[in-house]
Amino acid sequence: MEKLIYLDNAATTALKPEVLEKMMPYLKENYSNPSSIYSFAQKANKAVNDARSAIAGILGAKEREIYFTSGGSEGDNWAIKGAADLLKEKGKHIITSKIEHHAVLYTCEYLERQGYEVTYLDVDENGIVSPQSVEEAIRPDTILISIMFANNEIGTIEPIKEIGEIASKHGILFHTDAVQAFGHVPVNVDELHIDMLSASAHKFHGPKGIGFLYLREGAKIGTLIHGGAQERSRRAGTHNVPGIVGMAAAASIAAEEMEKNIAKETQVRDYAINRILEEVPYARLNGDRKNRLPNNINICFRFIEGESMLIMLDQKGICASSGSACTSGSLDPSHVLLAIGLPHEIAHGSLRLTLSAETTKEDMDYVIDHIKVTIERLRSMSPLYEDFVKKNPV
Amino acid sequence: MYSEKVMDHFSNPRNVGEIEDASGVGTVGNAKCGDIMRIYLDVDEETKVIKDCKFKTFGCGAAVATSSMATELVMGKTIYEALEVTNKAVMEALDGLPPVKVHCSLLAEEAIHAALWDYAQKNHIVIEGLEPPKADIGDE
Repeated sequence: MEKLIYLDNAATTALKPEVLEKMMPYLKENYSNPSSIYSFAQKANKAVNDARSAIAGILGAKEREIYFTSGGSEGDNWAIKGAADLLKEKGKHIITSKIEHHAVLYTCEYLERQGYEVTYLDVDENGIVSPQSVEEAIRPDTILISIMFANNEIGTIEPIKEIGEIASKHGILFHTDAVQAFGHVPVNVDELHIDMLSASAHKFHGPKGIGFLYLREGAKIGTLIHGGAQERSRRAGTHNVPGIVGMAAAASIAAEEMEKNIAKETQVRDYAINRILEEVPYARLNGDRKNRLPNNINICFRFIEGESMLIMLDQKGICASSGSACTSGSLDPSHVLLAIGLPHEIAHGSLRLTLSAETTKEDMDYVIDHIKVTIERLRSMSPLYEDFVKKNPV
Repeated sequence: MYSEKVMDHFSNPRNVGEIEDASGVGTVGNAKCGDIMRIYLDVDEETKVIKDCKFKTFGCGAAVATSSMATELVMGKTIYEALEVTNKAVMEALDGLPPVKVHCSLLAEEAIHAALWDYAQKNHIVIEGLEPPKADIGDE
């Protein structure tokens, strides 16, 4: 087989074989609809409830606070639109940040078109939302605060506990998009004062097309998917039994191995960051050095453009990602990189490498060696570098 | 997403580099949008034939490939013939580009025009049909 080094685990992760094994009975033998009455279906129903219980346990939540969804985007849409829908009598103001995932940002923009007002908080140069800025943005008509747990591009982990305390103190519903965090770093909804939390299974070695929304008991939001009486009549649609079972299995493994994986990933991550910053000139790390997802590396290389870099790395079997315009389908580079204050031309040269617990130092050595060759070659072709060298002779 | 020709011109770009004391240099695009192309021409004073053409590009795979192809297409042509190397010609020679990358071929056309314009200005000649370059690195 050709060499493949997969460093795009923030995009999606490999399904663990032991997770697939747990799913197989519900893909093959037991195809029943768990809402049916006969015992064949009740077996599937039990599997769904066991999965709910497992996930609730990991979050420090109650079983009835876990609602299965199709994934992170649905969770974000449901939490935000649902809160806006049910609380519009109380107010129409929402607080979020400029670096949210588009599932949050575009949902908020949609609500603005429906007459809601949204405050998009700035972040600092490391991508951190200041709890003080959250508190200052609160108005009498604020109905929801939605701040992501950890950023998908630059890996910055937000001060969720402080923000949760502020929300709770003011009696405002607090949602967090934890798609990049759940299964990777400890998340306890009570300790962090979280009212709603979206997560997605395929980000932690579970299957695609399944996720959950944690919704604190007593927190009232409207329904997004209308129909059958599934999920306590709050989210319709026949249960994705293999998906739910797979998600719970993946979450359980992630919780069990979390401490070990954090230590391992952090070590490989820091080794790679240090090597790149030491060996490649005109490179900068994006995101907070300390409050950072254990598997995230995001570096900007000046004078070059990200897509070219990705194609060259792909030719060496390396899967990575970039925040350049060419990878976003628009003319602007990533909104996250712009929000942390990077000029456009530097933001275009970003490279994101997201590791898994399987990634080794040897993998990173191979990758870094190729990054160096790639950068050197692209710089030799870059008119920006040519101008820079002429202005700054060695 | 890219044709084999685009990948070939990206992986093995033709005519990368600079020409010292070039007869004409054109730089178009801006770093803000993520694409800058610079084309150097060496034009024979008598025959007006482009003897050499080099480029440097900051940009995506398509930007590099279109620059490379554009230099190949203008090489050996007179400055008047070079004007006929349109973005369409560059795209066709590359067996097409994805729709979101069409602007790269436009940029390549503009880079050639900018270099020709620079040549015309320096030599006080008029190339019929040639308009002043639309965008320049100096726009920023």
